[in-house]
Amino acid sequence: MDQFIVSPLFGDGPVHWYTITNVTLWLALAVVGVTLLLVVGTRGRAVVPSRGQSVAELAYGFIYKMVEDVTGKDGLRYFPYIMTLFMFIVFANFLGLIPMSFTTTSHIAVTAVLGFGVFFAVTIIGFVKNGAGFLSLFWVSAAPLPLRPVLAVIELISYFVRPVSHSIRLAGNLMAGHAVIKVFAGFAAIAALSPISILAVTAIYGLEVLVSFIQAYVFTILTCVYLKDALHPHH
Amino acid sequence: MATETTEGEAAVGLPQLDFSTFPNQIFWLVITLIAIYLILDRVALPRIAAVLAERSGTITNDLAAAEDLKLKAEEAEAAYNKALADARSEAQKIAAEARAEVQAELDKAMAKADAEIAARAAESESKIAEIRDGAADAVVDVAKEAAAAVVSALGGKADAGAIDAAVAERAKG
Repeated sequence: MDQFIVSPLFGDGPVHWYTITNVTLWLALAVVGVTLLLVVGTRGRAVVPSRGQSVAELAYGFIYKMVEDVTGKDGLRYFPYIMTLFMFIVFANFLGLIPMSFTTTSHIAVTAVLGFGVFFAVTIIGFVKNGAGFLSLFWVSAAPLPLRPVLAVIELISYFVRPVSHSIRLAGNLMAGHAVIKVFAGFAAIAALSPISILAVTAIYGLEVLVSFIQAYVFTILTCVYLKDALHPHH
Repeated sequence: MATETTEGEAAVGLPQLDFSTFPNQIFWLVITLIAIYLILDRVALPRIAAVLAERSGTITNDLAAAEDLKLKAEEAEAAYNKALADARSEAQKIAAEARAEVQAELDKAMAKADAEIAARAAESESKIAEIRDGAADAVVDVAKEAAAAVVSALGGKADAGAIDAAVAERAKG
């Protein structure tokens, strides 16, 4: 599990909140990656796009359409925030797949900030936009009246579990994938098992490439769903 | 103390649950997110939106231009068809006129020819009548001469008046 250790980049001192660590490095690389793709890639502003610009436009269109489809037109105000989340997660995930790298999104501290950030933002937006009407999210008017209090309790619990599941899902997937690769790589030391181990590492790596994108997608679309609940709490 | 915890945690449990590194991670994460947000919101997203808008504008314009050209082509085709139809009807008119003219000339020529034929026929008839009349007179003359010759041959004295009367009477009968 050495790959997950947070350590200072320069020297061996203690990890203060301001210390430049490997986390800092890989977060900065994510910023660089996003900038390369979305700013440097689109510098031509061509009507007929280059390859880099095509990918940037694809990412833009993908998230824009997701926000529009899930939250509706009034959710498009929040598109830059959701795009920020998606681009960060997708780059952090893919950078984590580089051997010897540090996977920032495998840390619960990182994903919890993302998850709870979404949770608080969405809750605040919900109350600001709808006032007390936001509470109707928990009052399922489609259900028979005797069932509604029960459902309200369940809805309330599920609402507060959201940020936890939201953040643990991302960190858990990333960490599990890396740990599985590590375990298979450990078997490579045994000569008889090493071919199988290398095959398995390759296969899991392919799976992890898929997981990296899918988890970023899942995180983003769930954010959109929560945002939709905040904007239109009535069932 | 923090160093101890870092090293201790590495051996004991998941680095993810080493709370001593949390402030560090959260601090740098927040900075990262703000940086990405600013880059996207100020530079990248407006630029991509502008490019996409420009592209869709260009496509719309091109489609409109194509539609325009198509309409023009259709107009030109209609004009061509009209010119063709006009020319055809004109040609038919001219042909009909020419035919009528020829017919009129033909009729005139026929009438003239008929008149000529009729005139010639009348002339011929009058000539034939004249010849017939001439022939009748000649017969009378020959008869008179023959009668006078017969009378003188028989030794008689030919009385011209009696012979004339006798011939005229026979010729009538």
